[in-house]
Amino acid sequence: MTAVLPISAEPAALARQDVTPGRWRRMPTKAKAGAILLGLFVLAAIIGPLVTPYDPSFQNPAPDLSLHAPYGAHLLGTTQSGQDVLSQLLVGIRLTLELALLVGVVATALSVIVGVTSAFLGGVWDEVLSLITNVFLVIPALPLLIVLLGYLQTKGQTATILVLSVLGWPWGARVVRAQTLAIRNRDFISAARESGEKTWRIIAYEIVPNEVSLIAASFVNTVLYAIGASVALAFIGVTNLNDWSLGTMLYWAESQQALQLGAWWWFVPPGLAVAFIGAGLVLLNTGIDELGNPRLRDAASASRIAGRWLRPADPTPVLADISQRRGRLAGFLHSFSRGSLLDDTEGGQAR
Amino acid sequence: MSFILRRLVFYLVAAWVALTVNFFIPRAMPGNAVQSIMSKFPNLQPAAYRALEAMLGVGHPGSIWHQYGSYLVDVFHFNFGTDVSQYPASVSTLLGETIPWTLTLVGSATVIAFLLGTVLGIVAGWRHGGSLDRVLPGLMFLQAIPYFFFALILLELLASKFHVFPLGQGYAQGLIPGWHWDFISSAIYHSLLPALTIVLTSVAGWMLQMRNVMITTIGEDYVIAAQAKGLPNRRVVFTYAARNALLPQLQGFGLALGFVVSGALVMEIVFSYPGIGLLLLNAVTSNDYPLMQAIFLVITFAVLLANLVVDMIIVFADPRARAGEAAS
Repeated sequence: MTAVLPISAEPAALARQDVTPGRWRRMPTKAKAGAILLGLFVLAAIIGPLVTPYDPSFQNPAPDLSLHAPYGAHLLGTTQSGQDVLSQLLVGIRLTLELALLVGVVATALSVIVGVTSAFLGGVWDEVLSLITNVFLVIPALPLLIVLLGYLQTKGQTATILVLSVLGWPWGARVVRAQTLAIRNRDFISAARESGEKTWRIIAYEIVPNEVSLIAASFVNTVLYAIGASVALAFIGVTNLNDWSLGTMLYWAESQQALQLGAWWWFVPPGLAVAFIGAGLVLLNTGIDELGNPRLRDAASASRIAGRWLRPADPTPVLADISQRRGRLAGFLHSFSRGSLLDDTEGGQAR
Repeated sequence: MSFILRRLVFYLVAAWVALTVNFFIPRAMPGNAVQSIMSKFPNLQPAAYRALEAMLGVGHPGSIWHQYGSYLVDVFHFNFGTDVSQYPASVSTLLGETIPWTLTLVGSATVIAFLLGTVLGIVAGWRHGGSLDRVLPGLMFLQAIPYFFFALILLELLASKFHVFPLGQGYAQGLIPGWHWDFISSAIYHSLLPALTIVLTSVAGWMLQMRNVMITTIGEDYVIAAQAKGLPNRRVVFTYAARNALLPQLQGFGLALGFVVSGALVMEIVFSYPGIGLLLLNAVTSNDYPLMQAIFLVITFAVLLANLVVDMIIVFADPRARAGEAAS
């Protein structure tokens, strides 16, 4: 039932989709738009704090500068206590992006470790790790984040980064595991194993490089999650409120009734910044998706893959069977997952 | 054992993990939770130390396993202890007052958004490259906006500027909650804008996912065969393509539920809607740890239950799953 079929020619040709900057012109428009949008914000994060016109925390005592609408000296107006919104925004973008990128790096590293280990060890270990992954996927993250951060005495950047990373890996781990399962039995892996390579070397030099585009997509998703979660947490007030991030800006605007006072210049810029960063990430991710799944592209052009002419709308050619053998305990654990639905069916029997 | 039973066991395991994590968080954190509460409320008498210990379950007598056992029994009886900030009230009473609000609003809005997004996704997938594809970038932008910020904008435009909708709260002031028309109509009127926020921000995600699965499904041989047979388009789209594309969509629904609920909770704060989200904010601002933990448990259980329902729908909709049910 679970005999592994021989693998047809050159599956690597399908899997490899280089995303190097040199191929800029071949990138989908959506990915380009996303990259440009993100680049602008990264630029603002790098040079922004150097060119802020005012200290973001400086409270100008002049009475007419409380809640002043945008004008020449304060391009985005002032808050109720006379602070310059533009300065807060520039500093806030840096802090928020810094946090999101760090969480993205740590959580993606965790998800790669868990996903690759799970798929490579196989058997009971795989099922146990998958079970843990699925459990943490199904438990809603935000309330748990609030409880965890609520108990921490120091609610600074570091604590938030740590907690967000610890809860941010399951999505990535799931995807990486599936991909590792798919390439684990390919010829080049067997060749590496036969030639006596150590397991960690196979993982680091053969498997992970073949999953770069997948890991990139997972990284982008994690950054998106980190921005959303950190801004929401700050908005509730579970963070160090003396720092200037996009979330704390929104928190102060909300708690000092910016909406009721009609001070749109106070809460719209940070919110729009979050939305534009998020949109940039979503666009980038869709672009990466289209790169990997040609059917999602608009063009009706045919291309030659593995010796066959395929149009984007054709079904993906099946090149390798990714089903795996399971021991008794592993099979028992696996039967609790949603994926087990496919096992008892005709498609499953045919393997 | 049938599929549904196995899934039930899985959710029980997940619930147990949540319970255990919840039990160990206050014990594993650096520093003393009781001490930190004492320092935040300077007017508390030293005698309150014992009471706080008992409330947080820190000072219970006996070994940690004994504490763990009595904690599980307490949760099983919906006994979450007493509240710190609204002192005599028990946590379960506070939860009982707010859960119905959140359940009606977030539940119905999420289902509406899911159905609407799925239908739009079917159309967009079928007419791939058509006019609906052209609004996709706009939808992605909508999807990237945090719920609560979108809520702020809608409030500013539709409530502050044009007075189409009320400025937050669950019902008009002065009304006594009860089963009479004045109250119900007011509650519905007040829930329209929050519901609109949830639908508008989450519909794009469902639509994009459904569109992508639809495009993949339409390429399958059986869809081409159905078209070759000369079946009417409507039958091909809904009976052949959409029905199969719906299954990954339903699985995604189960997984994304936690995100949607979390976003909706923060949104409630913007509208001062009297649901769990607002209660959570109050718990955070007053450092009310027992209440925070109870809310975490309640939300987790609700999401797990909803996932079980999704699994039942999958079994109902997927003949393969039903075949598996009959075989075992």
